[in-house]
Amino acid sequence: MAHTSEEILAGLAELVTDETGIAADQVSMEKSFTDDLDIDSISMMTIVVNAEEKFDVKIPDDEVKNLTTVGEAVTFITKAQA
Amino acid sequence: MAPLLQSHGAEFTRIISLGAARGDTSVSNDAIAGPIDSSDEWIRQRTGVIERKRSSAGEGVIDLAERAANEAITTAGIQAHEIGAVIVATISNSVQTPSLAALLAHRIGATPAAAYDISAACAGYTYGIAQADALIRSGAARYVLVVGAEKLSDIIEPTDRSISFLLGDGAGAAIVGPSDAVGIGPTQWGSDGSKWDAVGMNKTLQEAFADRDGGFPTLRQDGQAVFRWAVWEMAKVAKKALEESGVHASELTAFVPHQANMRIIDEFAKQLELPESVLIARDIETTGNTSAASIPLAMHRLLQEHPEASGGLALQIGFGAGLVFGAQVVTLP
Repeated sequence: MAHTSEEILAGLAELVTDETGIAADQVSMEKSFTDDLDIDSISMMTIVVNAEEKFDVKIPDDEVKNLTTVGEAVTFITKAQA
Repeated sequence: MAPLLQSHGAEFTRIISLGAARGDTSVSNDAIAGPIDSSDEWIRQRTGVIERKRSSAGEGVIDLAERAANEAITTAGIQAHEIGAVIVATISNSVQTPSLAALLAHRIGATPAAAYDISAACAGYTYGIAQADALIRSGAARYVLVVGAEKLSDIIEPTDRSISFLLGDGAGAAIVGPSDAVGIGPTQWGSDGSKWDAVGMNKTLQEAFADRDGGFPTLRQDGQAVFRWAVWEMAKVAKKALEESGVHASELTAFVPHQANMRIIDEFAKQLELPESVLIARDIETTGNTSAASIPLAMHRLLQEHPEASGGLALQIGFGAGLVFGAQVVTLP
């Protein structure tokens, strides 16, 4: 069953908290993963792999580089759902 | 017509002994952070590396290999002339031919042993162990010297943020020989050439020659792609190695992964759900990533720090440029 964008944002925030300890309410759409949330490329990849499992989508390595903000990630995951 | 004869070897094999040689200079994070616009704190937090060993100009990869090999031979209690094959896993031979192994065999007194290099990057040592196991069981050799040897400081670009700052110099050696019981479990090994560009040199020799000002080829990687493959794909390989050996993760004494990055080691251990009782090799902390040398160096250090681990089971797994990988469960010497 497809998740709404709000559900995906909440789910993604949870994954970010699990990986980095950053509070879920800090993970808002406009935030940049690297510049605002200080999430490095390795943590980013862990979050991506966990998001693939959580939302049952595929996020190819090439695509990860384009997901610079939380909003871009939410949009991609929303669209990627079957 | 008379039939061909077939060779037969020992039924079982094991790693009898290990030897280690690290670069003669300790290089701190502070010493290399400037050109990559980083800091000691960042490097420690993000990679787990505190310092790395590098060889000075007078110490070549063959010297590291020789030191490690001699320690392994002495500890094994065998004579060099009993070695049937010398295998050197390396990406540090600065000529396409002849092999480092041929020179090493000569230097340690193992001539006329078979001698060849393996180019399998950070999986090279596990490939070498797989081959030693097969050579001995088939009767092609009685003792095999497997060495992972690297002088990666020769192929480093100081301003490269993708991998150079992690790299170190060293050699680890193993004498593999016949055993009364299984000491090397079935190897899980393979490749994924679709990711050939994920890690490797930044240019070919021809390109470097055509542009002399551009410098010698150096190592680089697509860190994110390699991380994902190294953790999640390699976790599947590790689990298969355990299954095929008939060993459960809880029965391991030690886990000795290629020392690529502490974050990979941590995430990998989490994926394998290793109980706290399992010792995890973390030699990268003060040695750096030494590619083919990293597993034997890490295992050697683990045994120095935990001699009681000798005789226990260890899962070793190497993975790197190719992309290629190799894993086996072994009895700790």
